[in-house]
Parts: sequence; C-alpha cells; structure tokens
Amino acid sequence: MSKIKIKDFNLFYDNFQGLKNINMNIEENKITAFIGPSGCGKSSLLKSINRMNDLVDSCVTNGNIYFDDKDIMKTDVTQLRKEIGMVFQNPNPFPMSIYNNIAYGPRTHGIKSKEELDKIVESSLRKAALYDEVKDSIHKSALKLSGGQQQRLCIARALAIEPEVLLLDEPTSALDPISTLKIEELLQSLKDDYTIVIVTHNMQQALRISDNTGFFLNGELIEFNETDKLFTFPENEKTENYITGRFG
Amino acid sequence: MDKIMKKLIYLVASLTFASLLGIVAYIVIKGLPNLSLDLFRFNYTTENMSLVPAMITTIIITIIALIISIPIGILTAIYLVEYANKNIIMKFISIAIDTLSGIPSIIYGLFGMIFFVTYLNLGFSILAGSFTLSIMVLPLIITTTRESLLTVSDSLRQGSLALGATKVRTIFKVVLPCALPGIFSGIILSIGRIFGESAALIYTAGTVAQIPENLFSSGRTLSVHMFALSTEGLHTDKAYGTAFVLMIIILLINFLSNQVIKKISKEK
Amino acid sequence: MKKNKSDLIRYLFFLSAILSIALIILISFFLFKEGTVIFKEVGFLNFILGKDWSPTNTPSSFGILPMILGSLYITLIAILIGGPVGIITAVFLVYYTKDKHYRFLKSIINLMAGIPSIIYGFFGMVVLVPAVRYLFPSNGNSILTAGILLSIMILPTVINLSEVAIRAVPRFYYEGALALGSSKERSIFKVVLPAAKSGVISSLILGIGRAVGETMAVVMVAGNQPRMPKGIFKGARTLTTNIVMEMSYASGVHRNALIGTAVVLFMIILIINLVFTIFKERNVNG
Repeated sequence: MSKIKIKDFNLFYDNFQGLKNINMNIEENKITAFIGPSGCGKSSLLKSINRMNDLVDSCVTNGNIYFDDKDIMKTDVTQLRKEIGMVFQNPNPFPMSIYNNIAYGPRTHGIKSKEELDKIVESSLRKAALYDEVKDSIHKSALKLSGGQQQRLCIARALAIEPEVLLLDEPTSALDPISTLKIEELLQSLKDDYTIVIVTHNMQQALRISDNTGFFLNGELIEFNETDKLFTFPENEKTENYITGRFG
Repeated sequence: MDKIMKKLIYLVASLTFASLLGIVAYIVIKGLPNLSLDLFRFNYTTENMSLVPAMITTIIITIIALIISIPIGILTAIYLVEYANKNIIMKFISIAIDTLSGIPSIIYGLFGMIFFVTYLNLGFSILAGSFTLSIMVLPLIITTTRESLLTVSDSLRQGSLALGATKVRTIFKVVLPCALPGIFSGIILSIGRIFGESAALIYTAGTVAQIPENLFSSGRTLSVHMFALSTEGLHTDKAYGTAFVLMIIILLINFLSNQVIKKISKEK
Repeated sequence: MKKNKSDLIRYLFFLSAILSIALIILISFFLFKEGTVIFKEVGFLNFILGKDWSPTNTPSSFGILPMILGSLYITLIAILIGGPVGIITAVFLVYYTKDKHYRFLKSIINLMAGIPSIIYGFFGMVVLVPAVRYLFPSNGNSILTAGILLSIMILPTVINLSEVAIRAVPRFYYEGALALGSSKERSIFKVVLPAAKSGVISSLILGIGRAVGETMAVVMVAGNQPRMPKGIFKGARTLTTNIVMEMSYASGVHRNALIGTAVVLFMIILIINLVFTIFKERNVNG
C-alpha cells in the first residue's frame, strides 16, 4: 500500500530546476532509499515531503504530494510535521537535557502531564535503543552524548510525537562505522511500525537496509525499483554506471 | 629597519596598555585613602557629600531604563534575525539602529530635555532621565542580541520546526534560550553605559543630590555627582573617593561581562 | 486561531523594530523644530560662520564658528595621536600576541571602552592639565590637553574595529608575503594593512565621531572660552561643551541657539555615520 504518492512534482530554486517531473509511490512499512550523486535532488525531494522547503524563500514547487491521499499543501503544516518526522544529517539535539529534548515535541503538541511525558520519554528512548545507555543521565545535557548517541536521541525525539513516517537525511554521514551500524539495525527494527524514507550517499547502506531504492540524477528520478533488482539488474545504463562506481 | 619597526610596535602597544592601567591605578591609589565614612551616609549634606543618594538614584534609573529597553531591544533583534527578508523596511531599520548608536549622549540629553522634560511635562525627573537612557542603550541591546541570535545554528531551528513546532515556539523555546548568555552580556554592557553616563542626564534627571521622593523628582546619578564634585573644586578629597567607588563599580561590571563571555566561549 | 496568535506576535516584533525608525524621526523632529528657530533668526550662514558668541550681551550675537573650529582642532589632535597608536596596537594584538595573553589584553581594551567619560575627564583634570601646564607655556586647560585626553578615549573604538578589519584579511596574503622572503613587519605594513584599508579607515571615522560627540571629559580640560581658537596651547570651546556649559541658564533665543548648536552637531554626526557606513560596506564587499 502506498503511504506517500508523488505526482508530476517539480521544484525550482530561483531559475534552477532542482527536481523534474517526479512520480513515485512510497510504500507503507517499508524502507525506501534515495540515492544519487550530490546535487541530484534527493534531499530536496525528502524535504518537500514534510514541507521543510517552505523555509527556503527562493524555493517554488508545482505538482502534488499526497500523504494518505491528502494533498500535503492543503494540510496544516504543524500537523503534517507531527505525522511525518525528520532526522537530519548532523545530529542537532537542543542544548537542554535528554529528557527535555524528547519531551519538546509532545509538549509542542499539547501534552503537559508529567506522567504521560515520563512514559513517552522512556518508550521513545527504548525504541531508539538508547534507553540502557542513558537511563541514569536522563536529566543531563544532551550535548554530553557522543555523536552516534546524539543521532539516536534525534531519532527518539522524532518518534516521541508518534509520527507515521520517518524521513532521514543522510543520518549516518557524520558518524563512525559502529554508530552507523547501530542506527541501521535500529531502522530495521522500526520499519514494522513506521514508513521510512532515507537519503543516503552510501550505496552499501541502501543495499543493506532498504526495500526499495530510487536513483536520482540531475533532478530526475532515473530508476525506482525493489532494491535487490535495482542493484543486481539495473534497467537503466545510468543507474548501472553509478552503482558500479563509474561516476558520482 | 625591520627591527626598529618591531620595537615601535611593542612601544606603541605598551603605551596603550600603560595609559589605561595608569588611569585605573591612579584613580585607585589616590582614591582609596580618600574614602571616608562621610561618603556613605544615608543623607546627603553639603558637609558630607555622601554618594549614597546618588547610588540609589543610579540604581533606580538603571532599572527603569532596562525594563523599557530590554524587551523592545530583544523583540527588535528577533524581528531582524528571524523574520528577515531583505526588503526596504529591513534596510531602513538597520540604518536607524546604526544611526541611534552613533548619536552622542549630549544630543540624547537635549532631546530628552525638549521631549520628556518640557513637551511631555515630566520636568527634571527620574522618569525623564530613565526614558532618555532607555533610548540611548536600545541600539546596544539590539546589536548584542542580534549577534547572539545569529550564532544560533540553523539546524536547531529546523529540528524544532520539523517536530511541528510553530515559528514563535521555536524562537522562544529553542533559539532565545541558546542566545541568552549573549543577550545577558549586552545587558551588562548597558548597565555599564548607564552607570557611566552623565551628559544625557544633567538636563533630563537634573542634579538634585538627595534621594528622590518619587519618580517625578529630580535626582543625580553617581556619574553626575562625580561631575558636580570635580567641577565645583571644593571637595577634592571627596571627588577622589567618589571616583574610586565609580571605578570599582565599572571594574566589577566589566569583570562580570568577561565571565559571561568566557562562559559562552567555553560552551561553544 | 493559532494562526492569528502567531500573526499578532509577529506584528509585535515588527512594531518594536519599527520603533527605531520612529525614534530617529522623533529626535530629528524635536531638535529641528526648536533648533532651526535660530537659523531663521540670524540666518544659517551667519550662525555657523559667525565669529562672535555673546548670547547675554545686548545686542546679543550668535556665531558658532569658534566652537566648530574648537571641535575640529581637538578632534584633529585626537585622531592624529589616537589613530596611529590604535592601528599599531591592533596589529600588535593580531600578529604579536600569544593566545594566552590575548584574552587578557582584549579585556583591558574592553575595560577601557567601559570607563565613564567623567573618570577620563577627572583624570585629565588632575593629571594631564598640570602636566601640560608644566611642559608647555600654558595654563594647562587647552586644545592640546583635550586632544590628548580624547586620543586615549577613542583608542578602544579604533583598536577594536581595526582589529576586525585586519583579521578579515585572508591569512594567505600574509603567508604569501612571508614566503616571498619579506620580513614579518614588511608583510604586515606593505601587504596586510593596505588590504584592510577600508576597514581601518572606517575605524578612524568612527573614532572621529566619538571625539566630536564627547562632552563631559572635554568640558573638564578644554578651558571652554567661547572665542576663536588661538593656538593649541590655549583653551577653546567645542560644540558639545557649548551646550552643556550654558543650557542650565539659557532661555528664549539663547536656548534656541544652543539647540541650534546641537542641530549642527547632529548633522556633522550624521555625515560621519554616512561616510562610516559607506566604508564599512566597501570593506564587506572586499
């Protein structure tokens, strides 16, 4: 079943066209990876799904993106972002305690009861496989955590508002291999409950964790298929060149 | 030739630092022995030349001026940083702030006299003085707040927005707390400016040396008191003593702001 | 509902920001309203070029050329001394200071900026005036004394802005010059400083603005005689001190003439700010 449908989607920064006529369906409870060289538009598309591109003044889009068959441009943006969580390339915990980092989102959406918040914090940390590491320092500053822990905290923070979709923008590019592995395992375990879209530079990562993969080049979606098929029998020559390392 | 240049650089730099340390040392060394209990009597008389009333006046004026200028200054800075689209209004606001910060205090004083004292009929009063100074320190608060808002990483703003928080919530719950130390150091600098100010106060708050009865009474701040003492030329010993107290306060304020700056750079 | 609230807050931000513009207009309006009376009374040119200031004589005379020249000479001395000293100190801070000493020296400069005019003035009165009296044929309250005192007072402005400008010069300019076998001093003065020219000049302009606007320190050491300046060892009155000396007892046209003095001062400051902005932006644009 498709959770997100992208129809004839174009995106412009001033006069530069960043995305050209994108059509794709993102399936529920699957991990979808966007791959491609820098500047190919994969991150722009990801940020269009939760409308983070609204913040860029020069960015104009046309075409439609449907989330559960609702046009995202006609949905209240705060509600949309509550249902579609996002994790960024560099871990960006707020300079507050671990607890407050996670409670920030639920509080934003009106949850005030201490008991309820306690519960959410604990369950989010557990889901992000971070609870055991931080349970004794939950009221200490989040900035004291290591880079990998910070990124898992950011995932926990995103999960705390109970989204249906999780967008990840190169979430492991700033991390060491061990932290990367932990996050990949985490994503695998999360996909039963969430629809996950991940932008990655790392083809091995896409191959390891994703069910479907889209290959982008110069703003176009060149090929979109099941990950195994795309990597073993690419239909397009450009895809083949990219995954065999001839460019990018 | 190069050797001479190098010596010259060292010489000139030592001259700079020596002249400042010289001034501080002179005031401290000459002032300390001239401290007397008279200076700290609760009531001012022409005999004791007590600085306590002036001290109280200074504190009251500082508080009122800051109550006005801090919120306006912070809101302005937020507008400039968080809502900035490069339109013509933004340009005008920036020019206005730069201009305000370049206006000499005597002009603020004169404006305060014409507008607050005469036009609004406040008379020489604590209120007229405080209003005048609140305008004077406004650009300082705006620029320090603006600079510290600019140092807050955009990724934090995006992190908050991506959780569905509104822009306003993002600003007040994430951005402002991060910028707080910088804003705080701007406020300390403003306190220093107000404590040191005299030209803008003589014709707005006036020069009455007693503790003000209410906000409509005239009162002199410590700096104005210092000016009166030193130009009257009658109580040189008291002038030295008062200069010492003022100097110590300024040193303290400076020390505080250095601590704040140190704290900021440690956190980064 | 939510939307309305955030619009309201946004409006509040905007109102605060707009206040700065309103204040400039308000200040200009009231100064000009009361100050330009004197321009109509005696004529603008007679006011700024008149050599005689005798407001309480009958007939009275309102010429502020002596004060304009007083401000000019005192500022000139201040910038001639404070300018080079400030720039060289900035060079020292950037290229000759170890990191561990830098923070201490920088805090001294910041302290210097925080010392009240009144303390500088008092120091000038009890130390500089007697010193000048001793060294030169004068009574000590003079253009020179005021100039020297102001040269110290403008140092933090000149040093801090010059330092920023010097630091903005890409490091490879300096390293490139060194690599060509040029000495450290030569590299700084022939390569780095010329590259930082706009920024350094703008620091001097702001220093001039500070000197022109300074009041309380000058009034304590300059002598304040309202007559045409007669040499640097003699006393003089500046635009700022003219206001502060006489405002307490002025009324009628005399009061207008003092506010008119402030209008002239205000215009000079606006011009200085304008020139400063031009140089600052040029620095930004490279």
